[in-house]
Amino acid sequence: MPEKVSIRIDGEYVAAHEGQTILEVARAGGKYIPTLCWLEGISSVGACRLCIVEVSGVGRLLPACTTPVQDGMSVTTQSEKLQHYRRIALEFLFAERNHQCAVCVSNNHCELQAMAQRLGVTSVRYPYAFPKLPVDLSHPRYVLDHNRCILCTRCVRVCAEVEGAHVWDVGGRGTRSLIVCDMNRPWGDAVNCTNCGKCVQVCPTGALAEKGFAVEEMVKHDRNITRLAARRGGPA
Amino acid sequence: MKKVRLATVWLDGCSGCHMSLLDMDETILAIAKRVDVVYGPLVDAQEFPKLVDVTIIEGAVSSQDDLEKVRTIRQRSKLVVALGDCAVTANVPGMRNQIPPRKLLERIYVEGADQCRGVPAEGVPALLRQAVPVQEVVKVDLHVPGCPPPAQAIAYVLTELVEGRIPDLKSKVKFG
Repeated sequence: MPEKVSIRIDGEYVAAHEGQTILEVARAGGKYIPTLCWLEGISSVGACRLCIVEVSGVGRLLPACTTPVQDGMSVTTQSEKLQHYRRIALEFLFAERNHQCAVCVSNNHCELQAMAQRLGVTSVRYPYAFPKLPVDLSHPRYVLDHNRCILCTRCVRVCAEVEGAHVWDVGGRGTRSLIVCDMNRPWGDAVNCTNCGKCVQVCPTGALAEKGFAVEEMVKHDRNITRLAARRGGPA
Repeated sequence: MKKVRLATVWLDGCSGCHMSLLDMDETILAIAKRVDVVYGPLVDAQEFPKLVDVTIIEGAVSSQDDLEKVRTIRQRSKLVVALGDCAVTANVPGMRNQIPPRKLLERIYVEGADQCRGVPAEGVPALLRQAVPVQEVVKVDLHVPGCPPPAQAIAYVLTELVEGRIPDLKSKVKFG
């Protein structure tokens, strides 16, 4: 058994054990911390920066999904400062790509859109980048639309860890980063893709979708991936 | 009681937001009693009046004409409201932003036309390089996203504004 530790979340004492992350302990205690890149059942990477929390004695904000608990830790999950930075992180995601919610396959079923509503983001204070990005239609069943991608890398992780194919990766740097398929070739030419569609199901936005769906029609089922991963004993 | 001088403006949008504005059933009667619509697609005024209390802008800023209008509006309005995703995010009008305007116009009016080929130059304002949200040009006091924003949300916004309050829209509206 891992060693037991005691931490405080928003002032309340919570029992946890070593190796757990702040997010796991908070969720087990019924506390809500906003997340986008995190998905139960696959590994955590701290990409979206929405789950940032304050840890007393630490001068910077830490992502709850990748920070392990330590005995005596005191964590704040809701504050004006956190709200401020979470909104900024979310606004950057909107400004960076072309998210026309109104004409997206995932409209009304999108985690990014829902998060904006949840965090009360009604506009983006930064100038939009309006980048020119490709749409990969080469796969017979699925579409990759880089315009909607937030680089959460859920697709990368589910493919490598649950499906075991590792078709996806991140190519490029900074704002030029793109999800790439099978060492940067069109999805239709990928030799390792098993056409399982797990990447589509875990994608929080309309970046990965099934063909043949119109605006608002693409509903994802990421719970199935979590269940599947649990049966296999969690993330690798 | 003094009526609120209200203007509505239709820039690069589909008029869906104005439709939604008219779709608030009997609430519109209560609001109509409290406002004086001094400018907009629903009234005859040709020139944007001086001293407006609230101006509601639908659509993105997409042409030279939009740009001038928006600057005039800001100067003459106490409160500017961006209504709908086009005004708030550029939305669908912004989907042309990756293509230079000259190429875009040639593709449509020259390559894409069977008859009367040629980019229209007279009587139409020049396109800006990109269609942008209103707040990238002037200060916006209130954002009401949605495509269109639901009629109840607009009703709530107007009801609060005529009472002299700034509505708290957090979590009541969404993009798309």
